Amino acid sequence: MTTTERPHTAIADGALPPASAALELVRAMMRIRTVEETLADLYKEQEMRTPTHFSIGQEAVAVGVSGALRPTDVAYSGHRCHAHYLAKGGDLRGMVAELYGRETGCARGRGGSVHLNAPEVGFIAASAILGETMAAAAGSAWSFAMDRSPRIAVSYFGDGVVEEGIFHETLNFAVVKQVPLLLICENNLYSTHTPLEVRQPSGTTIWERVRSYQLPSVIVDGNDVFAVLAAAEEGAAWCREGKGPYFIECSTYRWREHVGPNWDYDAGYRTKAEVDSWIAKDPVKRAQAAVVAAGYCGDEQIITWSAELQQEIAEAVAYAKASPFPSVETLLDGTY
Amino acid sequence: MRTLKYWQAINEATVQCMEADPNIFVAGIGVDDFKGIFGTTRGALERFGRERVHDIPNCENAFAGVTIGAAAMGKRPLVVHPRNDFMFLATDMLFNLAAKWRYMFGNKGGVPVVTRAIVGRGWGQGATHSQSTHATFAHFPGLYVATPASPADAKGLLVSALTGSTPVIILENRALYELEGEVPEAAEPIPFGKGRIVRAGTDVTIVGASLMAYEAARAADILADQGISAEVIDPRSIRPLDEEIILESVRKTGHLVVADTSWATYGFSAEVAAVVAEKALGSLRAPVRRVTIPDCPAPVSKPLEDAFHPSPASIARACLDVLRSDVAIGREVADVQAAFYGPY
Ligand SMILES: Cc1ncc(C[n+]2csc(CCOP(=O)(O)OP(=O)(O)O)c2C)c(N)n1
Repeated sequence: MTTTERPHTAIADGALPPASAALELVRAMMRIRTVEETLADLYKEQEMRTPTHFSIGQEAVAVGVSGALRPTDVAYSGHRCHAHYLAKGGDLRGMVAELYGRETGCARGRGGSVHLNAPEVGFIAASAILGETMAAAAGSAWSFAMDRSPRIAVSYFGDGVVEEGIFHETLNFAVVKQVPLLLICENNLYSTHTPLEVRQPSGTTIWERVRSYQLPSVIVDGNDVFAVLAAAEEGAAWCREGKGPYFIECSTYRWREHVGPNWDYDAGYRTKAEVDSWIAKDPVKRAQAAVVAAGYCGDEQIITWSAELQQEIAEAVAYAKASPFPSVETLLDGTY
Repeated sequence: MRTLKYWQAINEATVQCMEADPNIFVAGIGVDDFKGIFGTTRGALERFGRERVHDIPNCENAFAGVTIGAAAMGKRPLVVHPRNDFMFLATDMLFNLAAKWRYMFGNKGGVPVVTRAIVGRGWGQGATHSQSTHATFAHFPGLYVATPASPADAKGLLVSALTGSTPVIILENRALYELEGEVPEAAEPIPFGKGRIVRAGTDVTIVGASLMAYEAARAADILADQGISAEVIDPRSIRPLDEEIILESVRKTGHLVVADTSWATYGFSAEVAAVVAEKALGSLRAPVRRVTIPDCPAPVSKPLEDAFHPSPASIARACLDVLRSDVAIGREVADVQAAFYGPY
């Protein structure tokens, strides 16, 4: 298929995958939601001293994309990285301990919420400077191409990164070198408090503009985990076959404030009605309803999972709080 | 005189300068949002609206160039970055074009682009959100770099920048934002290259820019308890640097400690030490001592972060060392951000 033949929407409504796969996705999303809501509550205790960007409301993107990945594939993210890290298989205790600044954190308390990493499961790096890791992901993809390996690299970024020069340089490079890079743009309509309309040309969309670089680019309902999965599977296959990069724009929405644990209806940059309209499209509830309606499981399964996940996060928090802080003598570990 | 907080002084200077010069406009990511860059752009937005206070896309690299072109047409852009770390994306434009413009094009006039940027501190802002870039920018001839440490200087240096003829970088430490002090009502410029004696003393000279001028003054308090008289020098701008005020002080005290929020290697502290070694070596009665962050990125974890930043106590200890004094410091003082809470 050439790029111009590509459909406007990858998969309008995600067809349900088989039961076991679908249920795994639902549970994975519930897990991220439970983790983040718990951490958001606990954040108010002021013990997690690290600026934290929650992904609550955006879980379907990370989970759907990760569903199409193999353990040997790699992923990169930006400041809003918790969901991407967890969905790729990053250790929960390591993440929570990192937020608590402990030696047992995935970055040994050095990096904080915005610099998570878990190379052992292919979550290579996250960085708080916009766009930085997009280029790094292209480099990993390039190295796979050099080795003629079937591995692919994923770059997660927000709509805000589309405005940076590095976005365009990386797209151009990835196409020219035909690297296996799966580009995932999480369009949550805002960059901090600035809406998309005043940052990017109106009357166009990100995924359509990307097509001019001559790579397949699609838009998908980012609150439909099954649709994200279907698009990511198509994209991953494209990359694995050596056809070059593939771009997926996922429409979604951030529920809480840009950074921090609170709701921010009163801030004035968006209305409560708008936030509520997106909460009505809750990706977790939607997926739960879909699997129950399909007869894959009953409500009691969801309730059981909730309880298990509450337990798992409670244990991770207890582990983090019981873990030691790094000792000051290790301050220079990792320098040379 | 009435007092203002540091951020209020910046806010006021911006409004007054914009009133006086219709060519001045404010621009940057989020400058018009409800937080108004910690309040500093709110006054301009209220007074002049979005005609002169421009939110921009995320495009630090191009935007630095955009403002250079606007300045070449007679505009006076005031660019604001909520963290100075984002300015690394703008460095090509600032180093290769703005800084060189006047000289490289045969001295026909410059591009007076003014850039304000905030240095993060504390709450685990970490490796990419709490660097101090002052020495990096000051390395390049053609850029002025100001590092105000008091509300009055925050106002006066911004007035100088917005009425001057050169590109200026103003770096403001987040930990100073709530500091309150006397500020003149009028928009009086404070010239670049003119330091300030924060506190007079006779035994040891402490030089510190930005937050370190404040911390050095607190170190001087600790030392005073032990009967030691420290003179604290705030250069206010690090390029141009008021060498004379430093040299004069060292000639008097014979001892020099330099405190800095950035690394020692090739840094501001190295520059001050070099100036003194070249021009007042004979006055030094002990080797110079530098108190800086250690050679690693800023860690997030609280105990590491506490150990990372120079504190009044570590500055005071360095002073006792150069004085070869065996008194122990009598007290610690609260962290400059003890009352600061997140999210960030
Ligand atoms: C180079 C750079 N410029 C500015 C910032 C400040 N900043 C942090 S997050 C953010 C918004 C990014 O929006 P988007 O990419 O859409 O991601 P979202 O926060 O919506 O997930 C901005 C402007 C930054 N971190 N890096």
